[in-house]
Amino acid sequence: MSNSPPRSQPPLAAPHGGAAASLGRPGGSSERIVQLEVLRYNPDTDTEAHFQRYEVVCQEEWVVLDALNKVKADIDPTLNYRWSCHMAVCGSCGMMINGEPKLSCHAFLRDYEGVIRVEPLAHFPVERDLVTAPDDFMEKLKRVKPYLIPKEEKPISAGEYKQTPAQLMKFRQYSMCINCMLCYAACPEYGLTPGFIGPAALTLAHRYNQDSRDGGRAERQEVVATHEGVWECTFVGACSEVCPAHVDPASALQQMKITSSIDWIVEHLIPGGKSARDTASREDAGDIS
Amino acid sequence: MSRNPLVREVPPTSWFFRHPRYMRYMAREITCIFIGAYCVLLVVGLQRLAAGPAAWEGFLLGLRSADSIVFHLLALVAAFYHAATWFNATQKAMPLQIGEDFVPGNLISGAHYAVWVVLSLVVLFLAGVF
Amino acid sequence: MDTISTDVAIIGAGGAGLRAAIALAEADPKLRIALISKVYPMRSHTCAAEGGAAGVIKPDDSFDLHFDDTVGGGDWLSDQDCVEYFIHEAPKELMQLEHWGCPWNREADGSVAVRPFGGMKKKRTWFAADKSGFHILHTLFQTSLQFPTITRHDEYYALDLLVDDGRCQGVTALEMRSGVLRQFHAKAVIIAGGGAGRMFPFSTNGAIKTGDGMAMAYRAGAPLKDMEFVQYHPTGLPNTGSLLTEACRGEGGILVNKHGRRYLADYGMGPETPVGQPQLKTMELGPRDRVSQAYWHELQKGNTVTTQWGECVLLDMRHLGEKKINERLPLVRELAEAYLGVDIVKEAVPIRPVVHYMMGGISTNTQAATPLPGLFAAGECACVSLNGANRLGSNSLVELLVFGRRAALSAAEHVQGLPASNAAALNAQAEKTQQRIDELFTRSDGSESMSGLRREMQETMEKNVGIYRTEAGLQEGVNKIHELRQRYSRVKLTDKSSVFNTDLFQVLELGSMLDCAEAVTVGALARKESRGAHQRLDYVERDDKNFLRHTMVHHRGLDAPGVDYLDVVITKSPPGVRDYSGDHK
Repeated sequence: MSNSPPRSQPPLAAPHGGAAASLGRPGGSSERIVQLEVLRYNPDTDTEAHFQRYEVVCQEEWVVLDALNKVKADIDPTLNYRWSCHMAVCGSCGMMINGEPKLSCHAFLRDYEGVIRVEPLAHFPVERDLVTAPDDFMEKLKRVKPYLIPKEEKPISAGEYKQTPAQLMKFRQYSMCINCMLCYAACPEYGLTPGFIGPAALTLAHRYNQDSRDGGRAERQEVVATHEGVWECTFVGACSEVCPAHVDPASALQQMKITSSIDWIVEHLIPGGKSARDTASREDAGDIS
Repeated sequence: MSRNPLVREVPPTSWFFRHPRYMRYMAREITCIFIGAYCVLLVVGLQRLAAGPAAWEGFLLGLRSADSIVFHLLALVAAFYHAATWFNATQKAMPLQIGEDFVPGNLISGAHYAVWVVLSLVVLFLAGVF
Repeated sequence: MDTISTDVAIIGAGGAGLRAAIALAEADPKLRIALISKVYPMRSHTCAAEGGAAGVIKPDDSFDLHFDDTVGGGDWLSDQDCVEYFIHEAPKELMQLEHWGCPWNREADGSVAVRPFGGMKKKRTWFAADKSGFHILHTLFQTSLQFPTITRHDEYYALDLLVDDGRCQGVTALEMRSGVLRQFHAKAVIIAGGGAGRMFPFSTNGAIKTGDGMAMAYRAGAPLKDMEFVQYHPTGLPNTGSLLTEACRGEGGILVNKHGRRYLADYGMGPETPVGQPQLKTMELGPRDRVSQAYWHELQKGNTVTTQWGECVLLDMRHLGEKKINERLPLVRELAEAYLGVDIVKEAVPIRPVVHYMMGGISTNTQAATPLPGLFAAGECACVSLNGANRLGSNSLVELLVFGRRAALSAAEHVQGLPASNAAALNAQAEKTQQRIDELFTRSDGSESMSGLRREMQETMEKNVGIYRTEAGLQEGVNKIHELRQRYSRVKLTDKSSVFNTDLFQVLELGSMLDCAEAVTVGALARKESRGAHQRLDYVERDDKNFLRHTMVHHRGLDAPGVDYLDVVITKSPPGVRDYSGDHK
């Protein structure tokens, strides 16, 4: 977690001529003073949280994370937050920035004016400063069985399960979830009803359900098609608006509602119809015939 | 020397003021009240019709009142807004894949709008408007 | 102090750690597995790998060709028995991932697709768009959730190995959210802690890559091997250092200087191939060491483009077209647009070499065992001597699978029939870790700032241990790192709180990086030759007579480390000439 704001000098710089090329965004490396207002909370000393103001000299092209790193390195070593990749793929640095869930490594200073208010991700308990406890999400992720339950078992030596590019595209978007939990911070249902499995975990269930190699939908329905599952979702759509990986959880959940409804119709209105859940319990009992 | 995680409660009755997207969501949900109310109105109309010509005439008279016209206008706006939010949502609920590519979402929503317009014209035609 | 008893403790939950955990759980369902990581598994830096993973699968390919590419790419510093084992295991591991659901790109007939990669004679790189590492990591993490014997200890910062009776028997680790130190008593320990690229100021590596695993083993007496070989990736974004995958060139992207010349032709990788028709193992598909070195020469000649972010060359992918870019390189397009304001569909993107990967690490053999009994290592933190003096792109994602599993099998074997451990001796060692932490909190003479020391270390590494090195520069580097290690014993901890104290973790990480930096500088000074990623301006030739051997660096506390050497294992490929001129001789 070593901090070092991005540099604009090459490691092997050798002075020589050459006209400056007009590449990239104009004014990328001009300086700017940024006011950060950061929520602070230290359970050792505080009974409640408070805001602290920092004034930071930044490059115009920086992201909010760069500004935080500068505070940590040069102004206040006691400020705490998570980060790692600085390329929006590890999902560590989710925060509320001016009230919006964002990856701070992907929140560009050029998009903000005035004081930038930085708070820990909404709807999660705050351990300290900008660090939240993701335990609830981790537990829910496990409950939806987000792994391949093969339709047919075969040994590695038998080669790959064939999957056409079209079959891959059917679920690929939903496999892009980086588990950053911004969707949980945006979802008012999760905020109000903490039992809700939530957008990312349900979307990963959908990802495997849609995979041509998978046969585990019936098992996942035990969690998915419940009032803590997709039926808690009222389609606010905020999850998809804030998703930095363009996963579109709202779409996944609505699709699961439709398939779950069809299951219900088959089970209750068609004589002899078998619901997905019936199938699952029979498989659990081991009497597949 | 210990954890004491800070839990920030979500205000149960005012949370939707926190962000414009939550306000838009609430607007969508509230518009369904008008649609529900209009359904009740139609049921009452049927009941009046069944009760005989005098009752039906009274009902029609009531529809022409200023209050009724205001209600109809409000219900119409609400129905438009509600319908639009759902048509826009159809592309999320019913993505359509052809080969490797997905049909663009605005085509799916657009198709719903088109069907809506056609059905409305059919209804108007049956009602003798044309 | 709380004690957690387990059979195998794994430190690090990235690709190698997760693969090891799953392999252990499958090998013996009775084994208790403690998976310890300073971050949640999906934050591990495996997620940032983009291009893909190499494994022979297509009919036109062969194990011999993968062997030759790897050994030649490593400038003959690879142990050939290790390479042999690796190339045969690689396709099995990649197929295993397929069976676990990894979304590999596909051919039209549904079989797995492969793409060309630098230094590889055949197309053999399996890929999932340009997020291959991300998908591998998440597939492994999600798969691991179904094994009840894997107990995760997320956000535990591992500190010191517990060694008694001549074997490794556990580790101490701080629970980050409480600041409480716990000890793990284990019959075997696997380190899978990743690399140490953050020693350098300009790196593709995430903030977490601070060499903690390497340093931990080093301090416990396991030697670090071949640490002087630091890979520069040729194509990083010039401001953030973010990686633009080698697949950019694999798919047909070209490198040009300010005159528009494809300068790689001037550095033994020509003749030029037609634009848009990349030819394997030539020009832009040369190995990373050569391509990065060519940038340095262009810089000396004044052929680089001066940008607002410094001196760059240009990576041009416009001729690939928007459709292919979106299908094969969506992340690259987004990174360049977001961080640089360059749309690669319409413009060439300025890039320059950036520190990417440590070929060196904890010395292990082909069984993933270190010289310290009971201690195993895999992934970037280990040096199993697969990559030699220069790793080929797309070999490392497979390395962490092959040797993550191998470490697990070795550990599972090791734990059978061990004598009972001496709990009192282990407790006493764990107490020493506690004292080390307490001393940081109570230190009254803390005069050195953590960020100041870190800055000096990074500047030293950049200035003296870069792409090209000299005796004088390396000596300065050795002296400076030695000085910084002494000064580190007076580092000041500003934050004295218990809960999620990142000031404390940064101080500890700096200690790890300084230990690794010492091994890098000392090894580089001692290696008086040029080989792979280690290039000396004063010893420009490869010297097989004196240096066809591995550098082994041994920890000696605050004193200068010990250095000795280990012969390279040569089975069938005697040192030869690295040829990247395509089929043109």
